[in-house]
Amino acid sequence: MAEVLVLVDHANGTVRKTTAELLTIARRLGEPSAVFVGEGFEAAKEALAKYGAEKVYRVESADVTDHLVAPQAEVLAQLVASASPAAVLIPSNSAGKEIAARLAIKTESGLITDAVDVQAGEGGGVKTVQSVFAGSYSVTSTVTKGTPIVTVKPNSAAPEEAAGAAADEVVEVSISDAAKAAKITESKPKEATGRPELTEAAIVVSGGRGTGGDFSKVEEFADSLGAAVGASRAAVDAGWYPHTSQVGQTGKQVSPQLYVACGISGAIQHRAGMQTSKTIVAVNKDEEAPIFELVDFGVVGDLFTVLPQATEKVQAAKG
Amino acid sequence: MNIVVCVKYVPDAQSDRTFNDSDNTTDRVGVDGLLSELDEYAVEEALKIVEAGEGEVTVLTVGPDQAADALKKALQMGAHQAVHVNDAAIHGSDSVATSLVLAEAVKKIGTPDLVMTGMASTDGTMSVVPAMLAERLGLPQVTFASELTVDGSTVTIRRDGDAASETIVASLPALVSVTDQINEPRYPSFKGIMAAKKKPVQTWSLADLGVDPSQVGLDAAWTKVESFTKRPPREQGQIVTDEGDGGAKLAEFLSAQKFV
Ligand SMILES: Cc1cc2nc3c(=O)[nH]c(=O)nc-3n(C[C@H](O)[C@H](O)[C@H](O)COP(=O)(O)OP(=O)(O)OC[C@H]3O[C@@H](n4cnc5c(N)ncnc54)[C@H](O)[C@@H]3O)c2cc1C
Ligand SMILES: Nc1ncnc2c1ncn2[C@@H]1O[C@H](COP(=O)(O)O)[C@@H](O)[C@H]1O
Repeated sequence: MAEVLVLVDHANGTVRKTTAELLTIARRLGEPSAVFVGEGFEAAKEALAKYGAEKVYRVESADVTDHLVAPQAEVLAQLVASASPAAVLIPSNSAGKEIAARLAIKTESGLITDAVDVQAGEGGGVKTVQSVFAGSYSVTSTVTKGTPIVTVKPNSAAPEEAAGAAADEVVEVSISDAAKAAKITESKPKEATGRPELTEAAIVVSGGRGTGGDFSKVEEFADSLGAAVGASRAAVDAGWYPHTSQVGQTGKQVSPQLYVACGISGAIQHRAGMQTSKTIVAVNKDEEAPIFELVDFGVVGDLFTVLPQATEKVQAAKG
Repeated sequence: MNIVVCVKYVPDAQSDRTFNDSDNTTDRVGVDGLLSELDEYAVEEALKIVEAGEGEVTVLTVGPDQAADALKKALQMGAHQAVHVNDAAIHGSDSVATSLVLAEAVKKIGTPDLVMTGMASTDGTMSVVPAMLAERLGLPQVTFASELTVDGSTVTIRRDGDAASETIVASLPALVSVTDQINEPRYPSFKGIMAAKKKPVQTWSLADLGVDPSQVGLDAAWTKVESFTKRPPREQGQIVTDEGDGGAKLAEFLSAQKFV
């Protein structure tokens, strides 16, 4: 069976949920081989084995880790040449899409970004589904040239365990000077919030201009549900919440089981980031707010009274 | 400092965007279009750099006749000249082909110190053309800049990553994409609108760029859209007005849906 390369998303060896999803998808297409770039392989090995990685290509060179995406694209191009994989699966975050873009040009291969589903194609290859135009269309595509390169959005598959050998193979890479031309000179880690990662969370509670800058009620409600907290651009632009929490066209695209919009009107650019959520709930003072066109359940009311009551009831229900 | 800014003509996000039934490509003709809002940030940043020093800003688009509107807006904002690559064979091109045409056009313009782009097109939000363009031009790639400074030989950006805020340095020439956090794009002034009418706009065909038409367009695409379906509109949900029990009703809904 042909190998399927999966680029591992991790922080110092702590493997993200998206990697388990990608390995699960990879098994539909062939035999998963993880590509692990950076430090922390020992910590990651177990998680990779658990979701069926038969092989793990390890790359530890500082030439790769100190630079942006270009060296990772070179690493993958080398592996595509040596392993002739059936497909390459890459997490659909901004770095992942850039790596995929460069890999596509290098290997003259078709690229599909932001897939929400990937299946084996009828005559081999892959068949992907993307959600476009703010979620209003769903598009099925195939790759017609080279090695299919697909970036896959979080929550596109339910991770399924399957034991793999995770046999590691250190890959010696030679990175070109050109790929090293952009260097990361400083990196200030973000403060941990203790909440789930926005794009991976099963539940997201977001606040907008309607919070008036006070996110406490939004956060308390989110915590009662174990949710991630998001924000509209209006709230981010006002400096109330960090830009990395922005949901929408120029922020994160989220697709959780449940999305709760609090004090958010539902502008098209906001919708572009949350419209594919399974269940949508809104709390808004204005019954005419466009967000209500999308909701499964809406409360017309003041978030400062509705959310605390809901938080209390949720906590009581949990016991 | 000479800067080329790649700008895209996109269907207006407020209008109903759709596909052409005949060939499954995005309909760029039947709906109103405009300069992609996210490219205005790149135009603004380029103008600021040039205004603080010297040099010229050239705006470049690949698109149909109407794409001239995107160039016009950028010229009205203050760009010095424009290049429009327009060729019937380009219709239906994917990002791979678009990046090829953009790369050849940048080379013909003459390698600038900076090539700038928006963070994503508002119609596709793929965010892949900048990386592809950097790959094709062999330029260092510094993308998603929320702050940018240039000196004689380097460009430094700051960007907001998920895990960290990063500072990235690259030598010039380089390719930079900017986010909507970087500045506040200016509105064209009356003077700018008048001046734009006299600014040079060159129109190039694929032949002018030495690009073989078989490398672009729908048939050259390395992926194929098999089908598209319009999502059924979401069913009208249940909406309650808070009469002192709105929060309780919300919690009930969440319990019934097994979120609690
Ligand atoms: C190029 C571009 C990109 C953009 N990208 C994004 C993006 O990524 N994400 C994004 O979100 N936006 C984006 N926007 C901005 C978008 O157009 C809207 O301006 C923004 O989403 C509005 O945020 P909001 O809903 O919080 O504020 P508003 O539209 O002001 O809505 C506030 C809502 O809160 C309600 N409210 C007020 N007080 C209360 C209360 N006490 N209780 C309950 N409800 C209350 C009001 O009724 C109102 O509906 C973008 C815009 C552009 C031009
Ligand atoms: N047809 C085009 N003409 C000019 N610039 C483009 C074109 N397509 C994409 N770009 C540039 O590439 C950026 C990202 O585009 P995309 O990868 O399509 O999201 C845009 O913000 C533009 O700066």
